[in-house]
Amino acid sequence: MSVAFQHRQSAHCESGVTANLLTHHGLPLSEAMAFGIGSGLFFAYLPFIRLNGLPLTTFRSAPGRIFRRATARLGVAVTSVSFADPARGMAELDRLVAAGIPVGAQTGVYWLPYFPPALRFHFNAHNLVVYGREAGGYLISDPVIDHPVICPAADLERARFAKGPLAPRGKLYRIARMPETADLAPAIRESLRDVCRVMTRVPVPLIGVRGIRLLARSLESWPSRLGPRRATHYLGQVIRMQEEIGTGGGGFRFIFAAFLQEAASVLGDPRYLELSTCMTAIGDRWREFAAAGARLCKGRPEGGAGYADLAGILRDCAERESGLYQDIDRVVLDVRR
Amino acid sequence: MREKDVPQDAALLGELRELCYALDESGAYVLVECAGWEPANIANLQAWESIEADVARALSEIRQGRLSPLAYHMARNQMSASLLAGYVGLYAWQVRRHMKPAPFSRMSAAAMQRYAAVFGLSIAQLAVAPAETART
Repeated sequence: MSVAFQHRQSAHCESGVTANLLTHHGLPLSEAMAFGIGSGLFFAYLPFIRLNGLPLTTFRSAPGRIFRRATARLGVAVTSVSFADPARGMAELDRLVAAGIPVGAQTGVYWLPYFPPALRFHFNAHNLVVYGREAGGYLISDPVIDHPVICPAADLERARFAKGPLAPRGKLYRIARMPETADLAPAIRESLRDVCRVMTRVPVPLIGVRGIRLLARSLESWPSRLGPRRATHYLGQVIRMQEEIGTGGGGFRFIFAAFLQEAASVLGDPRYLELSTCMTAIGDRWREFAAAGARLCKGRPEGGAGYADLAGILRDCAERESGLYQDIDRVVLDVRR
Repeated sequence: MREKDVPQDAALLGELRELCYALDESGAYVLVECAGWEPANIANLQAWESIEADVARALSEIRQGRLSPLAYHMARNQMSASLLAGYVGLYAWQVRRHMKPAPFSRMSAAAMQRYAAVFGLSIAQLAVAPAETART
């Protein structure tokens, strides 16, 4: 049994799931718009959380936030449950699927058999939609894969109950009720203000623009503190979080720039196009950071680019982002006046 | 990033194409298929080399009688003692103890079964590690 669910591949899993679920329930939405009104753009350097023994750098908000905030801002009612007991978690999934409801699920990627082997790490913030069940397993719309896939029940159970940092605990979420009308404009403004607040005004040095500067500072100390080899591992991890599948390139900065373009047409305000251009340039700068960092990892820094130069690029990113968020704030508030 | 600049450095994804956001001729964002990007490939490869090094180190310590085969299966599955402890429902110190040859050989059949189930192995397979470094 299954419901007719339109699979759309997207760059990032959670915004893809959010857009696909909302579209299924009658509110056609692009991935970039879902990412934007979910305030997906973020930065945090969290050295005390370890992924494969390396400090966590993240360019997006915590798992579940994009879905929660995007739906809340559109007035969509959602339900979300997690489970201590895998058997109950699978029974609930079966119940929902049998009722013809497409369900979002948070999973790890390590146990998903259809995932490209090169990307199967213990990473637990993945999202997908389960929309049916057949003899061979569950019908899954995984936004980073170009076609719907079938996943055996045992593997899906393991993936939903993966352990470690950000353990999904079998989390299932779905849309309970749609509003009669959904207005994008106020949702866009609210989300933009939220991003600006988190990126520039949260009084925690690990988060937002301050987090980027902190990363720049720590990165400079890696070679002397950790030794050259370990330092490249730390650096490689940052590059992976920024560029590996699911970011749309440039640590989500390009998805956000696409969102700003859409915002310009929804709000009828060309100033957002300028902001988008600015964000694209920042994304390009992040790409330069990744390219230079990867050369360093490979042990052949062309033109002698070292950790200090990388830190310089990061500081430039921080500087430009800081200015951009102030500009966004100004544009949004101007409209409100 | 411009549409024509979207890199196509295939390495990791096999047949799969990921989606990237890039600007088309008119400056509008479009979704573009991307086969991969060299810097991301380098970082990914580095992560796998580090996993392979962990496996090789575990195998050599097993040969020298300092670690039990459990250490090999853990390394091969990219697991630390605390992560594996989460899967088998034990404490990390118990898993670390089972990584030593003597406590490993004294382990109960039930405990062996729990470890074997996590790795998708039989108890017999759990009790051996390959003689040479197998490339994963």
